[in-house]
Amino acid sequence: MIRAMFVLGASLALAGCAAPQSRYEWGSYEEVVYASYLSHEDVPAERQVELLEKDYQAARSTNRRMPPGWHAHLGYLYYQVGRGDQARQELMTEKAEFPESAVFVDRLLANVKKP
Amino acid sequence: MSCQRLAAILVSALALTGCQTVKPYDYTNFRAHPPRSILVLPPVNESTAIEGTYGYLTTVTRPVAERGYYVFPVAVVDQFMKENGLPTANEMQQAPLAKVAEITGADAVLFLDLKQYGAHYQVLSSTVIVEVAAKLVDTHTGILLWEGHGVAQQASNGSGNILGDLIAAAITQAINKHSDRAHQVSRLANANLFFPEQTGLPYGPYSPKYDKAH
Repeated sequence: MIRAMFVLGASLALAGCAAPQSRYEWGSYEEVVYASYLSHEDVPAERQVELLEKDYQAARSTNRRMPPGWHAHLGYLYYQVGRGDQARQELMTEKAEFPESAVFVDRLLANVKKP
Repeated sequence: MSCQRLAAILVSALALTGCQTVKPYDYTNFRAHPPRSILVLPPVNESTAIEGTYGYLTTVTRPVAERGYYVFPVAVVDQFMKENGLPTANEMQQAPLAKVAEITGADAVLFLDLKQYGAHYQVLSSTVIVEVAAKLVDTHTGILLWEGHGVAQQASNGSGNILGDLIAAAITQAINKHSDRAHQVSRLANANLFFPEQTGLPYGPYSPKYDKAH
């Protein structure tokens, strides 16, 4: 019980100071990116995709945006696991959500289009 | 506790807050070229920990994005650079700015220098320290827009740090055995680097606090 209250208190503290007024659904994005640099057996790309897809569902239910770079990163993961159509779709979404990404995303799209 | 002792603590607390009146950063260059988008390159790693490069890099997106900027996807950028003849962080950071701007369309590049990352062992305990220096450079002019320094440390036994403990739980769930504590301490170092009002990274266009006068 004490532990539960401690954790709750900690979550409130975290919500209060780490991300005031965050409009983004961070979920496990940065940890998934970190995992992509660790040994492949631990968190394979397919599992990374699942974790991000789960965060996206959470964001939809609370009507929050995904952070900058998120859709491009998921697109990159889709590309790695051979899901080219979804890769392109995510890259297009990145560009639509954040026009600042257009130049870079267009380069990535050109790569993805290669068979 | 005696009244005198309490007063002494209060005074020292005030003295401590007083000490934090650091010299404000001169944001003249920043205001002349306020960026919308920031490309975060992998840090030059001066620490003795090889895992520091990505353990640290993967904590930078969130604070910079929350500050109000578009942040390019760090791993995708890293991979793209590697595939285009720049295999190391040092080489990426030495790439001509004009070329980086042409490839990514970024308004500014954040150059990071990881000075310390990892544990310092003492007799009875160890202390995890992360120290980083950052430079934000305008890609079109090469002008230095902002620079800062962040350091954080955490003792290993009974962290006494609620934030660290909670993040640890989240990481353990996602990546379990590889999570290293310096990765978590990086987030505290970043808060000290980016968030101070007088010396930190100013709010960007996606922040509700963005100064429209820019």
